[in-house]
Amino acid sequence: MIDERAKKTLLSVRGLKKYFPIGGGLVTKAKSFVHAVDGVTLDVMAGETLGLVGESGCGKTTIGRLVLKLLPKTEGEIFFQGEDIYQYSKEQEKNFRTKAQLIFQDSFSSFDSRDTIGKIIGEPLLVHGIASGSELQDRVSQLLLDVGLKPDLYNEYPHTLAAGQKQCIGIARSIALNPDFIVCDEPISALDVSVRAMVLNLLKDLQSSKNLTYMFISHDIRVVRWLSSHIAVMYVGKLCEYAETEEMFAHRLHPYTEALLSAVPIEDPRKRNIKREILLGEVPSPVDPPPGCRFAARCKLANERCFKEDPVLEERKPGHWVACWENFHGESEIS
Amino acid sequence: MGMSKYIAQRLLFTLFVVLGISILIFFITHIVGNPVDIMLPLQATDAERLALTQALGLDRPILEQLWTFLSDFAVGDFGMSWWQNRPCMEVIMDRLPISMWLILLASIISVVCAIPLGIVAAYRPGSALDRVVTIFSTAGICFPPFWIGLMLMLIFAVKLGWLPTSGMGTWKHLVLPAVTISFRPMGHLAQIVRFEMIQQLNALYAVTARAKGVTEMSLLFKHALKNIMTASLTMIGNDYCKQLGGLSAAVEVVFGFAGFGHLISETIENMDFPLLQAEVFFVAIIVCLINLLTDILYAAFDPRIRY
Amino acid sequence: MEQSKKPKKTSLLRRFRHNKPALFAGIVLIIILTMILFAPIFTNFGPAKSDLANRLTGPTTEASMAVGVTQPHFLGTDQLGRDIYTRLLYGGRVSLNVGFTVATIGGVIGVVLGMLAGYFGGWTDMIIMRMVDVWASSPTLLIALTFVMILGPGQKNLIFALLINSWTLFCRMARSQVLIIRSSAMVESGHAIGASTNRILYKHIMPNIISPMVTTYILELAHFINAEANLSFLGFGVQPPDTSWGLMIGEGRKYLTQAPWIVIFPGLMIATTVLCLNLIGNWIRDEFDPLAVKL
Repeated sequence: MIDERAKKTLLSVRGLKKYFPIGGGLVTKAKSFVHAVDGVTLDVMAGETLGLVGESGCGKTTIGRLVLKLLPKTEGEIFFQGEDIYQYSKEQEKNFRTKAQLIFQDSFSSFDSRDTIGKIIGEPLLVHGIASGSELQDRVSQLLLDVGLKPDLYNEYPHTLAAGQKQCIGIARSIALNPDFIVCDEPISALDVSVRAMVLNLLKDLQSSKNLTYMFISHDIRVVRWLSSHIAVMYVGKLCEYAETEEMFAHRLHPYTEALLSAVPIEDPRKRNIKREILLGEVPSPVDPPPGCRFAARCKLANERCFKEDPVLEERKPGHWVACWENFHGESEIS
Repeated sequence: MGMSKYIAQRLLFTLFVVLGISILIFFITHIVGNPVDIMLPLQATDAERLALTQALGLDRPILEQLWTFLSDFAVGDFGMSWWQNRPCMEVIMDRLPISMWLILLASIISVVCAIPLGIVAAYRPGSALDRVVTIFSTAGICFPPFWIGLMLMLIFAVKLGWLPTSGMGTWKHLVLPAVTISFRPMGHLAQIVRFEMIQQLNALYAVTARAKGVTEMSLLFKHALKNIMTASLTMIGNDYCKQLGGLSAAVEVVFGFAGFGHLISETIENMDFPLLQAEVFFVAIIVCLINLLTDILYAAFDPRIRY
Repeated sequence: MEQSKKPKKTSLLRRFRHNKPALFAGIVLIIILTMILFAPIFTNFGPAKSDLANRLTGPTTEASMAVGVTQPHFLGTDQLGRDIYTRLLYGGRVSLNVGFTVATIGGVIGVVLGMLAGYFGGWTDMIIMRMVDVWASSPTLLIALTFVMILGPGQKNLIFALLINSWTLFCRMARSQVLIIRSSAMVESGHAIGASTNRILYKHIMPNIISPMVTTYILELAHFINAEANLSFLGFGVQPPDTSWGLMIGEGRKYLTQAPWIVIFPGLMIATTVLCLNLIGNWIRDEFDPLAVKL
């Protein structure tokens, strides 16, 4: 799938693994590992949005950090515009930092509380020597306008703002360098429902006006559907299913995706009698997981093979990838 | 509600702390210093030294001494004071209660004065009145208490002659020491009250309450005051412990007040090891009990806190 | 103090100038420090030089009766005819020396322990913080006094005794700072925009750790100057003929009715120094932490 879309592929991840050691100190070796990301392969197309969905703790945030090289990887490769980001020279890395950015779940905690809004947004420009002095001030004012805030906030401190506005400051900081790619790490889940739409619309507008590519990480599949062109579903460190958004909603090929979708509240009361998949049991611990499909313990269709062998991610339909031994097909209308 | 379990836990912690402090004091007095050197004059003969060492049991193994020391403490036997030649328990009981009352009086004075001062200051932040309160409370914290005591003595006892300069007996003798001791906690408390009050008044519920038409005065007293009680409580409890633990000594010395602080000072001047050990033990227990009491009261004032 | 308007982009000195109480405190403190450090320049008397002909003279501008000395006893003399002004300067050396030494050593010990606790977490953290808890609920002043009793009074022993209670506050502060910074998205955000490790360290981490530490240091310094005065007053600190502000009050209190100036001036010195330190400490806290409520 790389070849035919090579031109359009911005980011590709191949067999990515990240294990965090548990226990062990300065001298002793770690006894066990958290398999936060365990062999993930996916592509993000230029100008599109990949939605990464999964329950909390499934490793989606870790992937977000890894593709930005904010964490050391354990294994695997990540190519950005065709080059392995872990093989970058210093020069290339600096360049990469201008092209790939991160929006935090709680932007406010990522600010230095002693800095003014102007300083926070202007810092990337200053660091890369792009602008300084009055030019910097003009650029920052423009960025504030871009995210729908007043330029006279320049000398204010972010703690005086509302949560939604703080998030906008975070967005302004991450678009300051005109990046190509932004990882949005649950950018709205810490916000009040009333301002979520505002932030989402802002992200969508910025995408079209600045030609951005997003990796949108969220636990809420509704939000992901609204914004994404492609969706990747994750479960305890592994991908279960990957497809275009509408394809995914029309044909669920993995029982976990089905369960995620049926957990979405149904707005139309007449449709509420549709049978729902309710997940039972606990999410398995990612610490030294047993062999076999990780979803097996909660899966209705699980058979002996599922507990022994790990299913491989395979392209069952054109562009629709799934990792499941069973031939599941969820087609009932869901929303 | 888990309260009794919490109290039991805290009492266990108290026991642990008191035990730890007793052991610490034992080692300080028995290893760092040698009581025999201190009790005997320099020209004492070796025979005299040996006799005293044996009499005090200092020739036995250190762990055995520690065991004797702790088991005596456990049954309330604190030994004889070298300086007064009376049981330590008796000496302490003569002096401790009067100081506890004195410091309690000081705490009451500080609360009674600090809360109105803090409220008045917070009501119009930045006003002249606010500044006066701020200066006054800062001075209360910064000025050495024994010096404040001397100044008060100079004014009210020496120049004006309203109150006695020193000694004990009537209520008049209590006024100056108590007022002097109250300055430090008063300063701290007034600042806390002012800060909390401004916070509370700006908090959302104050806005709601105003919107409901509650008058500002009842607002101050009903809502905000309850909140600042918790902060005041911790402050006063802490200060009480510190004063009892030797901070009040200088003030008691200034006013010739024969209280516990004065006793601590005299104990050190006379190098009375057993008496000091007993004093440390008593203070440790009282400090832990007061901490426990403030925690319980805290829970009573603030329903969000459950242990 | 300013409450509504946040300072615009201005230099540190400008901001300092805007806060009148802090500015005033800073100037007074510099004057006091200079006079104490270079005491022999500012006085013709020796600190222990007695002048029995002029004992217990009040503050005056007239020259003393001693031969060959033209400087008057501005602030009067004490029971042995020693010049109060001179003794204030020399006594201040002891007071400040004790304060600085205790705050510095205690600060280093506390910061190291606090950083260890915050950085390693787990058992290290639990043991250190338990120690702090136990310390907080023990009569530390009495334990310090026990040391004084055994080691005997004197400046060195007093410093040692005060050190017992000097590390806990620093330890708590350092630990919480490390925890905040360690888990901080601020650091990650810095990396994400491509800021160098040095920039993140010097522009973001250090200022965030240092300003609360400096505040704590200054407030603790004030606290220990007061503590030294307290113990010296009781006679457990420096011994005559050396002196400190606290000891001067202790020695002079017997003459309170006849010569109140012996007691008044050292007390004013302690109060002024401690007050100035408090004003500066509070200013630093407010100025460098916009999250703190400005009142």
